[in-house]
Amino acid sequence: MATKERISLNVNNKSYDLEVDPNMPLLYALRNELDVTGPKFGCGLAQCGACTVIVDGRAMRSCMTSVQSAQGRQIRTIEGLGTPENPHPVQKAFIEEAVPQCGYCISGWLMTSVALLEENPRRSDAEIRQSLSSLKCRCGTHMSILRAVNRAAKAMA
Amino acid sequence: MTKQANFKLTRRDLLKGGGALVVTFGMPGWAITATQDGGSLSKPPLMPDQLDSYLSIAADGKVTAYFGKMDMGQGVDTAIAQIVADELDVPFERVGVLMSDTEYTLDQGGASGSTGIRSGAQPLRNAAAEARRVLLDMASEKLGIPAEGLTVTDGIIQAKDQSSRQVKYEELIGGKYFHVNLEWNERLGNALNATGKATPKTHDQYKVVGKSMPRIDVSGKVFGQTPYVTDIKRPGMWHGRILRPPVAGATPTGWDNDSISDIPDAKVVRVKDFIGVVAPEEWGAINAAQQLKVTWSEVEPPFIEMDDLYDYIRRTPHVEENAGGGFGGRVPVDEGPVDKALEGAARVIEAEYEHPFQSHACMGPACAVVDARSDSATVWTGSQKAHKTREGVAKLLELPMESVRGIWVPGPGSYGRNDAGDAAMDAAVLSKAIGRPVRVQGMRHEGHGWDPKGPASVITLRAGLDAEGNVIAHRFQAKGFSAWDVRSNEASPSDTLAGLLTGWPKNTRHNYGTPSESYDFPTKLHFWRTIPPFLETASPLRTAHFRDPQGPQVHFASESFIDEIAAAVGQDPVEFRLKYLTDPRDIAVVEAAAKAAGWETRTSPRRDRQSGDVLTGRGIAYASRGGTTVATVAEVEVNRQTGRVWAKRFVVAHDCGLIINPDGLKTTVEGNIIQALSRALKEEVKFDRNNVTSIDWVSYPILDSTEAPESIEVVQINRPEVAPTGAGEPSTRQVAAAVANAIFDATGARIRRVPFTPERVKASLA
Repeated sequence: MATKERISLNVNNKSYDLEVDPNMPLLYALRNELDVTGPKFGCGLAQCGACTVIVDGRAMRSCMTSVQSAQGRQIRTIEGLGTPENPHPVQKAFIEEAVPQCGYCISGWLMTSVALLEENPRRSDAEIRQSLSSLKCRCGTHMSILRAVNRAAKAMA
Repeated sequence: MTKQANFKLTRRDLLKGGGALVVTFGMPGWAITATQDGGSLSKPPLMPDQLDSYLSIAADGKVTAYFGKMDMGQGVDTAIAQIVADELDVPFERVGVLMSDTEYTLDQGGASGSTGIRSGAQPLRNAAAEARRVLLDMASEKLGIPAEGLTVTDGIIQAKDQSSRQVKYEELIGGKYFHVNLEWNERLGNALNATGKATPKTHDQYKVVGKSMPRIDVSGKVFGQTPYVTDIKRPGMWHGRILRPPVAGATPTGWDNDSISDIPDAKVVRVKDFIGVVAPEEWGAINAAQQLKVTWSEVEPPFIEMDDLYDYIRRTPHVEENAGGGFGGRVPVDEGPVDKALEGAARVIEAEYEHPFQSHACMGPACAVVDARSDSATVWTGSQKAHKTREGVAKLLELPMESVRGIWVPGPGSYGRNDAGDAAMDAAVLSKAIGRPVRVQGMRHEGHGWDPKGPASVITLRAGLDAEGNVIAHRFQAKGFSAWDVRSNEASPSDTLAGLLTGWPKNTRHNYGTPSESYDFPTKLHFWRTIPPFLETASPLRTAHFRDPQGPQVHFASESFIDEIAAAVGQDPVEFRLKYLTDPRDIAVVEAAAKAAGWETRTSPRRDRQSGDVLTGRGIAYASRGGTTVATVAEVEVNRQTGRVWAKRFVVAHDCGLIINPDGLKTTVEGNIIQALSRALKEEVKFDRNNVTSIDWVSYPILDSTEAPESIEVVQINRPEVAPTGAGEPSTRQVAAAVANAIFDATGARIRRVPFTPERVKASLA
């Protein structure tokens, strides 16, 4: 394990200074140092997407992103997306479709969908399916996820 | 839309606040201001014969239902809130549900066999009805009006002829306890029930039940506010990881402390054959587990070559058999009559179906936090059965059960006896060893590799036909690994990895399953046989309940075979089923599914010539489960060049009696279909002679968004007069057969082994 270093992170528009192993994945800094627990540990292998956060506008797997490489970049998590009073359009759609079952993977699907639709909301169902294909959901909520993302795409277009 | 539907119990406060809830009089969830009339401020013991064990009403009128089961997004808690709201005559939004905390809820068996509503709701319904009756009596006394002259709307009791004379529930009982006795049936677990003097309402009086009320849990999950078991933090908590052997069954013989000397404060914990590491920080524990050099005992490879699995099952002598189905009593297997009938048949059809081990493969490896003290312990667990987890942890720590508290917190998925029960025991061993709260979460390879597996089996079917093609004999034999190598809960440490590694004896019991259907075949024998587990200790191929235990294996075989018989006698698969089905509700779902799917009556495989690489076909399968009955039509595309199967459309006719929440039922059925489709098309635990080798999402793939169907239509057959029977699992068991039957319809090739991988399908077309 490497020696701890001082690392500065910007998460949901707040700045934090941490003393951590710079090689530690961003996920553990968020969850354990900052108590930002929306991103979940699913695989640690970038295979499932439960840890997905948005870094400088792009969806990234925080389990394989070192905290050092996230320095000086804008990190967005589910906590920084919207609130019940003022939801992000993708969150609004996920509520309208009652998407989550166990919900453990949902932050990852939300953040990936937000990055996709904020880049360009004009997406066909086929594009949405393709763009989300590297995410996993074990409860099998695929149908309601696809309904919700299509709905959000229309709302954001 | 974004309004939180039901008030949130202060779950987060509860979890962070120090274990015990600190509110004025011990009611969880809100501060209590005592009112003047009736009730009592002292809490009665948490007993099934106490009304206060099921619900309470706070000073602000909020109602809490205490529910000894849990929900993982199928909407059971929402349904409970609907049922309680209707019985009490309070608005749905005013009811919260506290689930599976042993301090506040009774042992209702946890999540188990889709009984959340079927069994779990009964005592809550009765208690709510009784509470309403008692409150009417209290109001009668206060207002000086006979109870018959009173009516209740939104928790306000008023005189029928003079609405100004009224009193609110909370003015009568708010923040206090009822101290009303119920009649308890003296059962615990799923069978627990209690009744009061009141008669619950009849279905025609429901206002909230039957409506698609918004699910209570959705908002917290979508805004990242729901605390999961992985998110629990306790003062002084350390992190633990367990080391598993490279060859299953090997035990640690030594380790090198120097290999983790660079990790601050990391320690090794070894108790008999259990070895783990702890560290103050999670990243430290992860590194310690990766770095620690352990030497393991030399053992014979415990497993067979994977290619040999089904022949191994065939040739291994069985140790138990039963013709009494999966969960019924023991019925001796008498092969005489059916074999004689088969001998006398004009024609005999036979087929064999193979089903692999499958992994729960939950989204996160299991996690638990345990705070073990010398005289007490608290366990935070994602297990479906927190009361049983508490019992197991108490035994492992040698503590009285009463001094251990189990708190269910949502975990990463839960589809039966997954790895959650093991994580709780792992954390208990580590916490006891270091005298601190310990959080354990496995890594991905442990989640896939060491979770209990759905059992592999070979199922053999024979049908005897008379000269006219009528079925006169039907013989179903399942042979496989037991569903109860690990029992369905962790009430005994013997059913957990940590228990087995610290000296608890293996406790294998035997169970499998037989078809649940109502076909009238004159001579019928359905039975199962089980073989012993590979290992009599901690094993990555332990077998246990996995969603709809043995339902997929059994009905993949039985419902594929129905189509094989139909094809042999030249009948349409729907017509053939309707000819032999006897239960009117079974007949109704088959007819409803066929109608909604636009089923074209003809034999399979389709006779018309299809051009191009993509062949299409349709198939049906039906089965019942615990009173619920389901028929599923699948429409598939099969690419004859690649062997790839896309299940494009499903039509599911679903009858679970009274429907509580139509939207909740729809998404629950969709989840069943997708997970079952994933299991049918893709899922197979891989192993070599030493260990399980499918240990991530690449080696154990599941269905992705490009493979999801275009549509799933759910035909909901509502039977208000029939008590609800559950929807968490019954629509899982038809899927593999419906898809296999559709592949046969499209191609004429019969797939008899799960999963239907492109390679296998392509080979069958050759």
